[in-house]
Amino acid sequence: MRLSLPQAADSAPEVDHLLWALLAISAAVLALVFFLLFLYVVRYRATSGLDRGEVNEKTWRLEAAWTGATLAVFFGLFVWGADLYLRLSQAPPDALKIYVIAKQWMWKVEHDGGQREINALHVPVGTPIELVMTSEDVIHDLSIPAFRIKHDVLPDRYESLWFKAREPGTYHLFCTQFCGLDHSRMTGEVVVLKPPEYARWLAQNGAAGGLEEQGRALFVHFGCGGCHGVTPGTESTVRAPPLAGLYGSPVPLTDGTLVRADERYLHDSIVAPEREVVAGYAPIMPSYAGQIGEEDILKLVSYIETLSPERPP
Amino acid sequence: MMAGEGPVSAQRPVTVEAGEVTGSYLADGHTLKSWLLTTDHKRIALLYMAAITAFFFIGGSAAALVRLNLVVPEGLLGSSEAYNRLFTAHGVIMVWFFLVPAVPVTLGNFVIPLMLGARDLAFPRLNLFSWYLFMVGGAITLWALFVGGVDTGWTFYTPLSTSYSKSHVVLAAVGIFISGFSSIATGLNFIVTIHRLRAPGLTWYRMPVFLWSLYSLSVLLVLATPVLAITLLLVLLERLFHIGVFDPAFGGDPLLFQHLFWFYSHPAVYMMILPGFGVVSEIIPAFAHKRIFGYKFLVWASVAIGVISFFVWGHHMFVAGTSLYSAVLFSILSYLVAVPSAIKVFNWLGTLHKGYIRFDAPMLYALGFIGLFTIGGVTGLWLAALAADVHLTQTYFVVAHFHYIMVGGMVSAYFGGLHYWWPKITGRLYPEMWARAAALIMFLGFNLTFFPQFILGYLGMPRRYATYAPEFQVLNVLSSAGSTILAAAYLLPLCYLVWSLLYGERAPANPWGASGLEWRTPSPPPTVNFIETPVVTEDPYEYPPPVAAEPHV
Amino acid sequence: MSDVAVAPGSLAVAAAAPPRHGSGAGVRHDFQYRDPAYQSETAIAGMWLFLATEVLFFGGLILSWIYMRHGSRAGFDAGARRTELVIGTTNTAILITSSFAYALGVIFIRAGDTRRVAKCLAAALALGLAFLALKFGLEWRDDFAHHLFPSDPSFPMRGSAEAGARLFYVFYFIGTGLHGLHMLVGIALVCWIIARVRRGDFSRDYHTPVIAVGLYWSFVDIVWLTLYPLIYLVGRG
Repeated sequence: MRLSLPQAADSAPEVDHLLWALLAISAAVLALVFFLLFLYVVRYRATSGLDRGEVNEKTWRLEAAWTGATLAVFFGLFVWGADLYLRLSQAPPDALKIYVIAKQWMWKVEHDGGQREINALHVPVGTPIELVMTSEDVIHDLSIPAFRIKHDVLPDRYESLWFKAREPGTYHLFCTQFCGLDHSRMTGEVVVLKPPEYARWLAQNGAAGGLEEQGRALFVHFGCGGCHGVTPGTESTVRAPPLAGLYGSPVPLTDGTLVRADERYLHDSIVAPEREVVAGYAPIMPSYAGQIGEEDILKLVSYIETLSPERPP
Repeated sequence: MMAGEGPVSAQRPVTVEAGEVTGSYLADGHTLKSWLLTTDHKRIALLYMAAITAFFFIGGSAAALVRLNLVVPEGLLGSSEAYNRLFTAHGVIMVWFFLVPAVPVTLGNFVIPLMLGARDLAFPRLNLFSWYLFMVGGAITLWALFVGGVDTGWTFYTPLSTSYSKSHVVLAAVGIFISGFSSIATGLNFIVTIHRLRAPGLTWYRMPVFLWSLYSLSVLLVLATPVLAITLLLVLLERLFHIGVFDPAFGGDPLLFQHLFWFYSHPAVYMMILPGFGVVSEIIPAFAHKRIFGYKFLVWASVAIGVISFFVWGHHMFVAGTSLYSAVLFSILSYLVAVPSAIKVFNWLGTLHKGYIRFDAPMLYALGFIGLFTIGGVTGLWLAALAADVHLTQTYFVVAHFHYIMVGGMVSAYFGGLHYWWPKITGRLYPEMWARAAALIMFLGFNLTFFPQFILGYLGMPRRYATYAPEFQVLNVLSSAGSTILAAAYLLPLCYLVWSLLYGERAPANPWGASGLEWRTPSPPPTVNFIETPVVTEDPYEYPPPVAAEPHV
Repeated sequence: MSDVAVAPGSLAVAAAAPPRHGSGAGVRHDFQYRDPAYQSETAIAGMWLFLATEVLFFGGLILSWIYMRHGSRAGFDAGARRTELVIGTTNTAILITSSFAYALGVIFIRAGDTRRVAKCLAAALALGLAFLALKFGLEWRDDFAHHLFPSDPSFPMRGSAEAGARLFYVFYFIGTGLHGLHMLVGIALVCWIIARVRRGDFSRDYHTPVIAVGLYWSFVDIVWLTLYPLIYLVGRG
């Protein structure tokens, strides 16, 4: 039996500090409650014959004291937990992106170079990694206890989860949102490698073309360029927003709001284009939900991410 | 309406007129019809008690099989499908057919009119009707769970429940839907009764804390249950007609389901524990023979819990993909809702201070409640801390946490209340030594079962796993071993309480020397509850200090 | 045999007669109440509380409706423009008139005029039936004929608005369907009240069920007044 959990990512010790603090506070509260409970139960048992003296009937001072103390401790815990949560939720901009697709009951992982693996995730140590995750069917949840992280994986949208592994080794990867029959077999392992080993692994598993290249083929196959391929300024029968340089830029929508063109936005624009229509354009694009699989959408998205005015579709 | 209402009351004192039934309610008719068509709240409470007991043991058997399966990492049952159905059955039955209704419909049904000095609930026929709804809903749900099989977990998350599960989700949802209306009817009845049928002189601040707790609970039942009803209806329609608002394949949003579901199900957690608070607040002053400490704080804590519990549902969704801001907001609200619970624990301790404490079985259960509920409560603080929740949620830590609240807290309170009012309900005393032994064994078995699960959760073992990594086995075996002790402890009261019905000593009107109107009428009470409507002239929990430390007989 | 109105539904259960007080003037009350007036007020309070649960029931639906519309507004509005504004508006007028007729009936029963009460309630009933005929006999039939049912493979709208329009019709059918079910229950209750009025059960002193059912009937009306703009007006704005 092992009662400790490796702290294999930078987030792990930080979460553990919070957990130890919670443990200490819990132990203190429980010690107080159980101590008073036993003390009173023994001292004031009916047969003790002890003189009770005056019974205090004025309660509000005591009530105010323990309500105030409780509030103060709770507020401290809230701030600590929320601050850490917010920090651990923001992936650094330079994080290496790895794409994860969940389906009943397996994890499919695609690396930028086109390397694919199932129920395993190979990552380099010391590099921030951002997992961009989606599901093909029900809600799943990717959890890596050794990193103290977890996030739900939803159908039809991208969720992201990031970490920076700091200890080479092999760790559990669990699905922690009940997803049907073989939920408990939807597990895998995270293999943290030293950079040279990781490079070797990438080389050995190299695929026919990276994600981006496969995405370009799909872009041509589905005829996306028919509407989106036009560079700004030139004439065309169908007017659609240009894609060059789109990724990461702010996009004004018809309802007056502004969104950032991230993976989620690109993905949703393919499966539910009517939700966020770019200002100045008619909502004419049909939804491709059900026509392009999640894996292919991923490739398209990673291709669109590479487009820039210097490198148009 | 609240304070300072003075001695003027809803009711005038009434004396029973000739020809009315003044004998024990148990002797008032012995035919099956006299039970199945009764409108007497006391008899309906017993009808409910029979049903609740059956559901408790059915749900408990499912739990026993779940624990049995987890003795070995590869799963002793050898079937994920069977395992999934079992934990779904356990959750559905325990939540909707035991934990939410247990105290209100049995103890509450029996005791509320007695505590109010009333002759019955405001709507006796509605009360009977709600029992039939409960039975019909329960029968349909049981059929769905055991003959058909349902494998979504009690939470019915979409789109698993609407589009992917091949099991009998529709039928289970129909059963829960129907029993939900039983809850609504009960809550409505309690609220109106407490408003309208208080005895002369029984002002709001003279009501026992139990009534305040059940009042808060009833408001939750009446306002939250309909949201569950519409949610289940949407799930049903989506599954039957493929018209949906939850499955993204139809353009829906699965998070909408979670918002709606937890908008009901988080208040539901407080529906389960509030009556427990109420029961313990009756038992502790009775057995400490002392006025309850901080009465107004206790009652307003109940009300505060009722109100705040409507605004914390989002803490079930910290890793579900909602916005960071909503997570932060729900985190602080979750800490706020814990404050009134902490206030209650300290007030119970304050009541023990300088009391004259006796250790009859109800008191052992109440003390066990304080200990286990506090453990459940402080571990709730772990889960409210956002970054900690990310690691602990969806693991056995959560399972342990809510079992400490629900089983350690709520079930202890139910057994405490059952023993406390048993003499009143049946007119018989239960065997005290057996009852104390059962309380102790329950406490030990419970801790052995659920404490290891906190550690399992920290180590990362996910919940709802039919098979697991071998490194988790030792703690799982410990937990399963504990569950056998727990199971034995639950069977004990079934035996000796039934025995006491036949052979138990006759109970006097007030065997505990407790205050409260329910103890001022014979045990068991006459059909009309009080021959003469009592007039209340004092605050609740008036326990004069004993002349000498008189030994308890 | 029943003297007190409680929430609908409980009326179906026959009760083993509990011991009761007689209290003169032919008006009786259940034994836990001190007098008939007090029992009547209590029953009405119960009805109000029942309506509170109904508010939360429809509230969940309407909140989801507004939330989902926020997500795909163009599609929702495109769907809403296909609804039958004339039928919807006529139906709104019919329901308001029906509630008015019922309210008139309540005024008459308070004056003890049972003959006019029966007429008013019959008018309210007829208008309710007219609403159902227009809604389900005409409007729903047309909607199905136009393939507007959300899972219909030949749903008329295509392109970017399709998903949102289908969602709109999900809410349309669920909302109007649930409202229709409540209307049916209401119609059954009004029939029951009319039968009892004819039997002479009610008087100036005792008419609690008339008021309780009236509250329910008006509530169903109010639900429609919430659905009406959501279905017919907002998308056309």
